[in-house]
Amino acid sequence: MLNTSTLKPVETLDTVVIRFAGDSGDGIQLTGGQFTSASAAAGNDTATFPDYPAEIRAPAGTPAGVSGFQLQFASRDIYTPGDAADVLVVMNPAALRSNLGGLRTHGMLIANRDGFTRKNLQMAGYATSPLDDDALRDYQVFPVDVSRMTSDALAGQGLSAKEVERCKNYFALGLVFWLYDRDPEVARADIRAKFAAKPHLCDANLTVFAAGFNYAENTDQFRVRYHVPPATIAPGRYRNLSGNEATALGLVAAAQKANLDLFLGSYPITPASDILHSLSAFKEFGVVTFQAEDEIAAMCAALGSAFGNKLAVTTTSGPGVCLKSEAIGLGVMTELPVVIVDVQRGGPSTGLPTKTEQADLLQVLYGRNGESPVPVIAIRSPSDAFDATFEACRVALEYMTPVVLLSDGYIANGAEPWQIPDVSGLPAIATRLVDRREPGATGGYEPYARDPETLARPWPMLGVPGLEHRLGGIEKWDRTGNISYDPANHHHMVKTRQAKVDGIAASFAPTEVDGDPRGDVLVLSWGSTYGACRTAVHGARERGLDVSHVHLRWLNPLPRDLGAILAGFRTVLLPEINNGQLLKVIRATFAIDAKGFNRIDGRPLAVGDVLEAITDHLSH
Amino acid sequence: MFSENSLPPSTPKALTAKDFQTDQEVRWCPGCGDYAILASVQRALAKEGIPPHRLVFVAGIGCSSRFPYYMNTFGLHGIHGRAAAIATGLKMSRPELQVWIATGDGDSLSIGGNHFIHLMRRNVDIKVLLFNNRIYGLTKGQYSPTSELGKKTKSTPFGSIDKPFNPASVAIGAEAGFIARTIDVDAKISAEVYAAASRHKGTAFVEILQNCNIFNDGAWETISGKEHRSDQTILLEDGKPMIFGENRDKGIRLDGITPRVVTIGQGGVSVDDLWVHDAHDSDPTRGFLLSRLDHPVFPVPVGVLRAVEAPSYETRAVEQMAGVRARKTPDLQALLNGRDSWRVT
Repeated sequence: MLNTSTLKPVETLDTVVIRFAGDSGDGIQLTGGQFTSASAAAGNDTATFPDYPAEIRAPAGTPAGVSGFQLQFASRDIYTPGDAADVLVVMNPAALRSNLGGLRTHGMLIANRDGFTRKNLQMAGYATSPLDDDALRDYQVFPVDVSRMTSDALAGQGLSAKEVERCKNYFALGLVFWLYDRDPEVARADIRAKFAAKPHLCDANLTVFAAGFNYAENTDQFRVRYHVPPATIAPGRYRNLSGNEATALGLVAAAQKANLDLFLGSYPITPASDILHSLSAFKEFGVVTFQAEDEIAAMCAALGSAFGNKLAVTTTSGPGVCLKSEAIGLGVMTELPVVIVDVQRGGPSTGLPTKTEQADLLQVLYGRNGESPVPVIAIRSPSDAFDATFEACRVALEYMTPVVLLSDGYIANGAEPWQIPDVSGLPAIATRLVDRREPGATGGYEPYARDPETLARPWPMLGVPGLEHRLGGIEKWDRTGNISYDPANHHHMVKTRQAKVDGIAASFAPTEVDGDPRGDVLVLSWGSTYGACRTAVHGARERGLDVSHVHLRWLNPLPRDLGAILAGFRTVLLPEINNGQLLKVIRATFAIDAKGFNRIDGRPLAVGDVLEAITDHLSH
Repeated sequence: MFSENSLPPSTPKALTAKDFQTDQEVRWCPGCGDYAILASVQRALAKEGIPPHRLVFVAGIGCSSRFPYYMNTFGLHGIHGRAAAIATGLKMSRPELQVWIATGDGDSLSIGGNHFIHLMRRNVDIKVLLFNNRIYGLTKGQYSPTSELGKKTKSTPFGSIDKPFNPASVAIGAEAGFIARTIDVDAKISAEVYAAASRHKGTAFVEILQNCNIFNDGAWETISGKEHRSDQTILLEDGKPMIFGENRDKGIRLDGITPRVVTIGQGGVSVDDLWVHDAHDSDPTRGFLLSRLDHPVFPVPVGVLRAVEAPSYETRAVEQMAGVRARKTPDLQALLNGRDSWRVT
């Protein structure tokens, strides 16, 4: 047991943003994850964002290989991992070089001094060590001999130099655990679980963690300990979950609530692959995962499965959506329920595979030949991913249509505490399954005989006598589904497919306006900018500014009450991580002079930037 | 969710070809080889006793890919080249249904080449009917990946400079367990081949030498024309020596790995010297040699070239899932709770 009490003064903080950075092989993501677990266990609200390079092991010591992990933990509700960090922990000069810009002025910089070798400094482009000159005068700098003290703590344990080196992240973790008054037992339990199969490494990491923790208490370097009290959080059971994990769970839950098996056709692609990984382990739920030969095959297999009466899904990122486009169009024509999960990343082309962006909106709305309406829903945060995914499946099955579910790199890899729903409280999903021919029916089965209200066609079960029918990509006669080149029928079918998708809006709850329903500025957001926009609007309102916020869940169709809401504001401001894609849609749909705020740098929008944009658009 | 037992029982009455016909007007060109293929498939399925509701026909794009509209079964007319991918997702989802693909040389060997080889590699239990007319018909006459070198078409006025694929060689190279070849208008061989494909558990690939009387008339005339057929084709029979010819006096002998055409009774050659066809040889070497026999040096093999059974893909998937389900009970609440949850009160 470690002595967790302290003789040093304790200062209470409302919120802290901490960022860990080091080489890809330094265990930064693990360190961040364990600190997050401890913060959640301490009752804080948390939000995390990992920031890692596309290369698996870029040359050690270079800025290209730096892996980062940012966490905000607070005694109040938070919606982002924070803008600038209050404390930055770096393992080498490259990590300092690429992360110093994210540390606030006068923030704490904890640096592994042993990592600042001549070679590492050179690789990071420093002529002299910034720890030794006044380059860091705007920050509180804490050089710590992390590598040396790790090595000292492990002397005589018989570990190789390489093994010792790989333990050093636990020294840093121990140090920040002391600094922020986290329960060391949480980390110790994590270490025991993670290294259960390798007892010598388990012992080594426990030793090093304790060494870091004790060092912070005993050294004069750290004179104050910080404490972030628990947040007021709605009662319930919680777990920390990334957006990708939550998406996978939402898919399984929707399949169960629709009484269907789940089929995933997928081709590995960053940052969506974790959904495939998660689902491939859920076989006891009847989940079939198919790692296809390419993106097209993944989408086509999903269509084949949907034809075979399964809840069919494909998961991908922007480049994959390009390849799937034709097959999505086949889904529109055959009116089969398929969910296409697009975890957006920086583009065009290969772009920035591990960075976030919102630039696939117009692609998924319009990127197909012909009039090809597809409902589009966007996840707003990691903890929202479960509900948004469930909703995407509901609409696909109730309306017999492909649905695009937009996520992005920030949501996919970011994590938040998620209030675990009670399964019995999840609504059942009504499918359009037909499992027998009505007695006395004559003639061929009519696969396009629609529900008069929703316009959804039936979903005849394959294998049932009397339900034999043919679907295909050629225009169909309404009702029979037979091939038709008839001009009037084509016009009718184009209008009908559009009307069906438009009609989905009838199932939406009224749009919520956060703030006054009329006023000067309305911030209109979608997807992962939710947290930054909400936080910025609340901050502005606290300052007495006349600004409200609407966050859109559905991008197609748009909510029916949106036009009236927009009309109540002098300026509608759309912050987006793209060149103004929803902005175009809003301008075209409502003929209003909406304004955009656009930053496309591969990072989530910062609260401060949105706040500034709001201020710029206030009428006075 | 769906199992063999949950489906209604098969129709007890004897089936006829008519049970597989739809009310849709067949829109292939008059004289097209596809009519004969359609009739042969309908007859074969009736004879095999597979009721229409147990069958799914999936197609890509092309003349041949209109096939599903003319079969009174479940059907999906997909997009160009992707029938194999669509059918794979379907078969994995509904292993109890018999799934067929109707495709062409352009659809499967050009735009859909990737899906075609992976279908064979995985050994998904799907029957593939590849209508090979060595031309793009629906786009009105461009050369295809099976068109012969030097072929003059609308897009190759000076002759094609592409070397063609041999579909059977591609299939065997892609690990296909079942490979057969037939001629569109040869009802007898077709009946045998389609029945064998239907019974084979695993991917069953059938190349059909099909005539396009509009854009490539006589595509196979020198091989399958009535007056040439006995000399220019060889009907493979499992376990039998390879004999062909109008007078059944010619055969194929294997010298090491070199096949040669010989005349029985000449130069001391007897029937005992001939290559004995073994469709079940798990080693693909001889199957590949067989696939290379081509006009004009050799007769073109028709019938079943290869029929080697191996566990099919969807069976492996079903077994893997059953294995997990035997150990783990699905509990959605437990799944959502995960391993590291905490309670806030």
